[in-house]
Amino acid sequence: MLITRSRLPLALVLGIAFLATLVVGSVAMGAYPLAPGDIARVIWQTLGGGTPSTDAARAVVLEIRGPRIAAALAVGMALGVAGAALQGVFRNPLVSPDILGVSSGCALGAVVGILLGLPLAAMQGLAFAGGLAAAGLVLAIGARVRGADPVLTLVLAGVVVGSLFSAGVAFAKTIADPYNQLPAITFWLLGSFAGVLPRDLALALPLMLLGIAPLIALRWRVDVLALSEDEARALGLDVHRLRLVVIAAATLATAAAVAIAGIIGWVGLVVPHAARLLVGPAFARVLPVAAILGAAFMLVVDTLCRVVAPTEIPPGVITALVGTPAFIALLAASARRSP
Amino acid sequence: MTLATHGLDFGYPRRVVGRGLDLAMREGEVLCVLGPNGAGKTTLFRTLLGLLPALAGRVSLDGRDLASLDRAQVARALAYVPQASGIAFDFTLQEVVEMGRAAHLGAYAQPSAGDRRGARAALERLGIGDLADRPFGAVSGGERQLALLARALASEARCMVMDEPTAHLDFANQSRVLREIARMAGAGIAILLCSHDPDHAFAIADRALLLDRGQALALGDAAGVLTAQNLTRVYGVTIHVADVPTAAGPRRVCVPAAAA
Repeated sequence: MLITRSRLPLALVLGIAFLATLVVGSVAMGAYPLAPGDIARVIWQTLGGGTPSTDAARAVVLEIRGPRIAAALAVGMALGVAGAALQGVFRNPLVSPDILGVSSGCALGAVVGILLGLPLAAMQGLAFAGGLAAAGLVLAIGARVRGADPVLTLVLAGVVVGSLFSAGVAFAKTIADPYNQLPAITFWLLGSFAGVLPRDLALALPLMLLGIAPLIALRWRVDVLALSEDEARALGLDVHRLRLVVIAAATLATAAAVAIAGIIGWVGLVVPHAARLLVGPAFARVLPVAAILGAAFMLVVDTLCRVVAPTEIPPGVITALVGTPAFIALLAASARRSP
Repeated sequence: MTLATHGLDFGYPRRVVGRGLDLAMREGEVLCVLGPNGAGKTTLFRTLLGLLPALAGRVSLDGRDLASLDRAQVARALAYVPQASGIAFDFTLQEVVEMGRAAHLGAYAQPSAGDRRGARAALERLGIGDLADRPFGAVSGGERQLALLARALASEARCMVMDEPTAHLDFANQSRVLREIARMAGAGIAILLCSHDPDHAFAIADRALLLDRGQALALGDAAGVLTAQNLTRVYGVTIHVADVPTAAGPRRVCVPAAAA
């Protein structure tokens, strides 16, 4: 633990300042580089100072990079917080939002939307519904199978339901039109912030916040779930209900994120772990730190995606490059800890 | 009267472990449950804590039927000290003990300054206040067990159920934990614990319950229940009971016969 309880407020302020710096840097970078002065002028004009101009800088800041950066921040925050909450209730640092089949469910929903030629908003709605359906199916299986280790049952049910939905995606790919639909499906499965419109974000952000709000409210109770089930129940918790509420909330935030940006793996796994390294395991401290780190990580990844190569790189590629070694290091660390 | 059972059948839906148990804890007593592996000690404890439903008969807590109480009500009156905590992350001892306050806090509440002070006081009372900020996984097994006792104290429950609180501890830590348990009982807390070592019952128990295949074979003062004859019968190995002179007077111990 590097940041103690008393230093957390200062650390959060510094974290937000760092995030703001990253945002300015990201706005400035790209195929059309902007000077900090241009950015400041556009923001000043937007806030009502001076006469608004209709130059290129304004279009780049407000219409191209701004929404994209906002989406990256929101998605990173949602995935980071959802991952931290799920690792808490599953009592396992190797769990991530993908574990409940949410991502596969979202993917199938989106792919069906593409196959049917639906407009973007409808496709995102289907993605969202698919994610919730997968998580609901996993929870229903968990509720039916009694007597077994409930956490292990949920994790295994997540793997099974995830592969079922993935099979659906694979089937959809084989029947898709290879010239129009297949590229769209592939692009969506890799995730991207390139096409996110302000309208999409306006729809998804409230859902993400709706998912995060119960997690903030229950932040201390989530810690008690880190105990064995018998201990937590003996301490007075309705463990099954609490676990269900936390999983549902994290799923909502994840599904809303996946619906606008596609599948971006690893963020929900790596970010909470980094947060715990910084502030220890207490969820009340992990939550804000995971939100800031998640937003920062996603923003850096997306900025790299659009500046390092002439063509866009899918963010999932970069998160996997960072996430795979991080996961192996985590696995090695947890093997060292357990006797 | 604190914790009591009335004609209690306990076990699992398809497997009854024990039948017709009548037991009434008294304030400030230590009652030690002994019995071989599979005698039903853990199943009984889980039923008493309300973690398993009673199959027949009932469990009462301060005169009220356990089945009619919600989890938080049970937790405020009855604390559970597990053999080892299954905690998943490296919380500090202070944080682990604060979790003992859960039943006193609303769903959306965080421990208040008062709860934190109470947790700290419980750690001090068990002599490990200086370890408050150490991670739970970084202290010794004996200190972890003391922290779990502190968590039970912090819950302010007047009755505690302890599942082999001295398991896996060395001699020094065993006697330290036993001493603290006896002190807690001295403060009026009723303590039900199980152990594999009859010596522990001789050392601190007011009463003993000998459990064999779910049946209460004998219940009464430790010296009367834990006789060579009873122990030999239950454990299926010849056991001698003897008084050993120590600096603090004679102490009763039991010695299993060497394998033939």
